[in-house]
Amino acid sequence: MTGLFSEVFLGALLFGAVTAAIPLLLAGLGEQMSEKAGVLNIGIEGMMLAGAYLGFVGAFYSGSLWLGFLTGAAGGVAVALIMALLCVRIGLNQIVIGIALTLGLEGLTALLHHFQFSRSYPRLPAADATVIPLLSNIPVIGPAFFKHHLIVYVAVALVFAMGYVYRRTQLGLNLQAAGDKPAALDVAGIDVIRTRTIAVLTTGALAGLGGAYLANVGAGLFIPFITNGAGFLGIVLAMLARGRPVWVLFGALLFGVCLSLTTAMQVAGINIPTDIIQMLPFLAVMIMLVLFGRRASLPAALGIPYERGAR
Amino acid sequence: MSIDTAPGASANALDATSRVATRRDILHRLLMTLGPILAALIIAGCILLAVGVDPLAYYGYVLEKGLFSPLGIQQTLTRMAPLLFLAAGLIVAFRAGMWNLGGDGQFLLGAVMAAASAPVLVQVMPAWLALICAFLISMVVAMAWSLLPALLRAYQGVNEIITTLMMTFLGTSLANVLVKLVFRDPGTTVPQTRTLPVEDRLPRLFDTTITSGLVLGLAAIIIVHLVMTRTAFGLKLRIVGANPRAAVHAGLGVPGLTVAVFAISAGLAGLAGAVDIIGVQGNVRADWNPAYGLAVIPAVFLARMNGFAAIGFVFLLSVLSIGGESAARRLGVPNHFTLVLVSIVLIVLALAEYVDHRYNQSRKA
Repeated sequence: MTGLFSEVFLGALLFGAVTAAIPLLLAGLGEQMSEKAGVLNIGIEGMMLAGAYLGFVGAFYSGSLWLGFLTGAAGGVAVALIMALLCVRIGLNQIVIGIALTLGLEGLTALLHHFQFSRSYPRLPAADATVIPLLSNIPVIGPAFFKHHLIVYVAVALVFAMGYVYRRTQLGLNLQAAGDKPAALDVAGIDVIRTRTIAVLTTGALAGLGGAYLANVGAGLFIPFITNGAGFLGIVLAMLARGRPVWVLFGALLFGVCLSLTTAMQVAGINIPTDIIQMLPFLAVMIMLVLFGRRASLPAALGIPYERGAR
Repeated sequence: MSIDTAPGASANALDATSRVATRRDILHRLLMTLGPILAALIIAGCILLAVGVDPLAYYGYVLEKGLFSPLGIQQTLTRMAPLLFLAAGLIVAFRAGMWNLGGDGQFLLGAVMAAASAPVLVQVMPAWLALICAFLISMVVAMAWSLLPALLRAYQGVNEIITTLMMTFLGTSLANVLVKLVFRDPGTTVPQTRTLPVEDRLPRLFDTTITSGLVLGLAAIIIVHLVMTRTAFGLKLRIVGANPRAAVHAGLGVPGLTVAVFAISAGLAGLAGAVDIIGVQGNVRADWNPAYGLAVIPAVFLARMNGFAAIGFVFLLSVLSIGGESAARRLGVPNHFTLVLVSIVLIVLALAEYVDHRYNQSRKA
């Protein structure tokens, strides 16, 4: 048991927590934007899978992780484009299309993986870390938080950037209005469909990036169903955060620690079934909900397609 | 809809036109269902072509196994049993405006409880009583699993999408823990529950391999449909779904009804798990999760929460999944293609409904 609290172990645990948290963070931030604009994006799991697969393919064939992130985000946007077209433009049921997209991308990426990589299971080399001077010298915290790939810092910076957008910019206001009272936004002369489309496509890019990070940095390879519910966790995070990006970050870290704990316990040889540890973050959130009973503060028009002139 | 026949026409003519109209209506519905499915098959076929598989051979195998071979159609009908229960549960929840997305967790817990109780109970009581008890245990456990989201929604206004999704993650893990630690069969090396002997499972229908769970499933979904459309209780639930605030003003006990909806919905999901175990599987292996719920949700929406239409969609899903498994095996395509096929069918059906709706609107205008 002495190994459990050693500096190295704790550092590795926290490092793993951050690595596990980043895909959840990106998915949560993306979902948050969609929900703010009134689109319940259940297809986010599919967007992440598209990002993971295309991100891996891009990085594998070009040898550049950054190109991989770019193709991953593009993959997410491609799926989001279908979602925007079907659910925002022509107003089909968001739950039907969202689940259908998730199912389809699960199947499609697994299928492509089977024909391309299932014999060789190629891996990417370990990602280069950007070491932040001075800060990375702090014991435990330094190696855990300040020796990650650059994209990790970009993702954290995004939290604050999005907080700024929501609170200080016209776009942020438009997004909020598109989710709360789309008709008012329309009357103000701003295109609801366009605002929502922007939100959904941004969600796609973020989810795709999250998926690409998961495959390229987190795992170093693509396997079918690699996201394993990360998109649904993103939905939970976005709803718990009540429109505040910072809360998505906290939530993602909480889930990240629990996910990392699962692997760490196995490494340390502690014999608790992983299923029990996997339950921890959900238990924590459920207890929080029971204790504080946070009333949902979801946008009023969430999930309702906007049709001009309809009553 | 055939209500727009001209008023004032003579009774005879009205009768005739309405009969023509109904016939046209049925034909129209049939076209609107088969057309999109055909279109979806063509789109999915292009994907098959792209990965170098002959789509005609694939679909041939799907139809042969899923629909036309005697053994295949029996498997398809057997597969329908749990899906029908799940669909019935979702119809209640969705009509009452509650997003029970936790069906998979409730299903798995129901399945594990059935697998844990049935093999033990059959040793101490007659088989029929044991099975009924196992069904009841599964139902009650699944209901209990939905109690927390129900109470949170009813009394605290906590959004049930979050809570049911989290309870489904929790339920999936808990089901695994139960299989691995509590109900593990000591006689085997693979982690799984005790196996219910074949002769004690739900009887098969006549001389076929179709489980009698199919009859139970059909009964469940039809009863649910009738309760929701024909009874005062169903009307109350639909009012809650249409406008919860108006329901309060109409004097309905919304919190109580909310808890009831969750209990019924989850109970049916638990029964779905039980019927799959007691009728077909016999035991639960660790990490077993067929994730039926995810495909049934969009199907229920496309059926517009109509029980009879849902039966049709569930049949379609079963044909695709049973036929797809077989076609995949024979042609060396991974079974994942079935997911792609189901997804395209769902999207094209949703699109077709939209196009039809717009066409009707523009004709009326």
